[in-house]
Amino acid sequence: MSSTAAPAPPAAVAARSTKRPRKLRLNAAYVFLLPYVVLLILFGIIPGVYALVISFAKFVGGRPQFFQAGLANYVTAYSDIRFVPALTNVFRYLLLSIPIGIIGVLFLSLWLHARPGRLSTTFRTIFFVPGAFAGPALVLLSFFMLSPDTSPFGFLLRGMGFETSTEVTLIDHYPVLFTIIGFFAGAGGWVAIFYGALNSISKEVLEAATMDGCNPWQAAYYIKMPLILPYIAYMIILVFAGNVQVFAEPQLFGAKYWSPNQLGYAYAFEIGNFGASAAISLLMVVIGLIGASLIIRFSGFYQTDATAT
Amino acid sequence: MDATLTPSKPRRKSDPASWLLWLLVMLAFAIYFGVPIMWLLLAPTKNDGQLLTMPPLSIGDVSNYGRAWDNLMVYGNAIVLLWARNSVFYTLTSVILSVVISVPAGYAFATAKFAGRKLLMTLTLITMILPGSAMVLPLFLEMNFFRLVDTPWAVILPAMFYPFGVYLSYVHFATALPKDLLAAGRVDGCNEWQLFWHIGLPLAKTLFALLAFLSFLGNWNNYFLPFVMLNDSDLFSLPVGLQVMATSTPMLNPTFAAENSTLKRPEAALVVLVLVVPVILIFIAAQRFVVNGALTGATKE
Repeated sequence: MSSTAAPAPPAAVAARSTKRPRKLRLNAAYVFLLPYVVLLILFGIIPGVYALVISFAKFVGGRPQFFQAGLANYVTAYSDIRFVPALTNVFRYLLLSIPIGIIGVLFLSLWLHARPGRLSTTFRTIFFVPGAFAGPALVLLSFFMLSPDTSPFGFLLRGMGFETSTEVTLIDHYPVLFTIIGFFAGAGGWVAIFYGALNSISKEVLEAATMDGCNPWQAAYYIKMPLILPYIAYMIILVFAGNVQVFAEPQLFGAKYWSPNQLGYAYAFEIGNFGASAAISLLMVVIGLIGASLIIRFSGFYQTDATAT
Repeated sequence: MDATLTPSKPRRKSDPASWLLWLLVMLAFAIYFGVPIMWLLLAPTKNDGQLLTMPPLSIGDVSNYGRAWDNLMVYGNAIVLLWARNSVFYTLTSVILSVVISVPAGYAFATAKFAGRKLLMTLTLITMILPGSAMVLPLFLEMNFFRLVDTPWAVILPAMFYPFGVYLSYVHFATALPKDLLAAGRVDGCNEWQLFWHIGLPLAKTLFALLAFLSFLGNWNNYFLPFVMLNDSDLFSLPVGLQVMATSTPMLNPTFAAENSTLKRPEAALVVLVLVVPVILIFIAAQRFVVNGALTGATKE
């Protein structure tokens, strides 16, 4: 702890601040945090609380009468004949897209990592670039890819018996289509992250395993897989949080009340019933909170050495 | 043949059949990920009819790019350019402000002990994981209360709140900032601000790049928030404008009376390109940040 270790700051500053270092330190933390905490309150906490208040308010001519509705908004929203189908739709989509996403990303990253080199890096970049597509741009591109008359995959679509785009984009096909679209745009980013994790395995370990007669499959399964398992929990939760709020895809494909998010939007902006809309939003928040508590449980990552002192 | 030599060399390198299998599988996926983008780049070289009759991956005439561009400019008096300008403005403002606010907050979480730290961390984690769009309708009501709906602030202010950026900054400083360095600086009489400015920030260049990349991506592509907040078409961002275009022109629905619009498939492909090409360029440049630890430390056990 010698003061010669680092270049000395201006003498005046040094003399002043050594007298009350502890106090200063505490105050500084709050100064650093202040803008963020203001935003956290304004855009994290208040909207949540406001949604809760609104969900018990009655709307007359677009003006809220607070605490006048009781549970009526919840009854309206959750007993809407479109509500259960919307939840079912999203559930089917999640059930398909999460396992396929995880298996696909795992497979791609292990497959890429089996032969690291320039070729592997090129492929990784090709997989990564579609991540640039999101929202309407992604849906528009997908639309062209799913129309047998414009798509470079037209021969595949015709081979499966589809002649027009309307036959492909039937509402029953949405979960499958959105999974294919989502994997196109989302897989590469996760592959890059998983690949980074795989790179942290030391070469000696893999070489030693090869010496002991481990083939590439065994190396992948016994050495690489356990290392990236913690990332998978993280991926499940983020993919879940992203996919459960699907909006742009069904909206642009032409189904208006396919997902709960669309229904919430319709309640607010077509009917003007913000109470019922908030009731649906809150359900999504609760679903999100379950995801959040899962991630906290899985990783416990807010304790670090830096704060253990 | 020489059995004693094989173990020292990785066996798979000398096996052409397994290498071919590896390559074929990778090529199959490269087609799935790459061909749509190739198609998109080629689409504006053809006119609407040629898109249906010519082979999907053929090149028409490059001058058709100009024609598609002219058609696009006719739509709403080149309103696409206005949307592009709005997108750049919203995104740049949001990226700069969100990063500048998140980094010091993450630094404080990583280096200081203070009352309420655990509560704030937990709230950060929760808001980070919450589905963004679940908050959009409540946010709309809040913005409506402040009379900010249909102004750029309705899009920019909520985007400044960036809990994921705070979390990544926290992880970065907690792992990359040696505690001894801070202690030495403190002994030498640096105050907390000087420590942050002279020690913390110089060690955070990759953090800034990563945060700017992720924030850019999220804000440039953000669709639901501006879609809900903005009614005035002069304020639209590109994604919102594209959505309106796609649903109100014969771009995707040739059944719409085609005579009142020149916007067809090649123009649609061109707008999509305008929207994604900047992102693709940044993506290729930023890939190494993602590989080298977008989530380093995110999954400590």
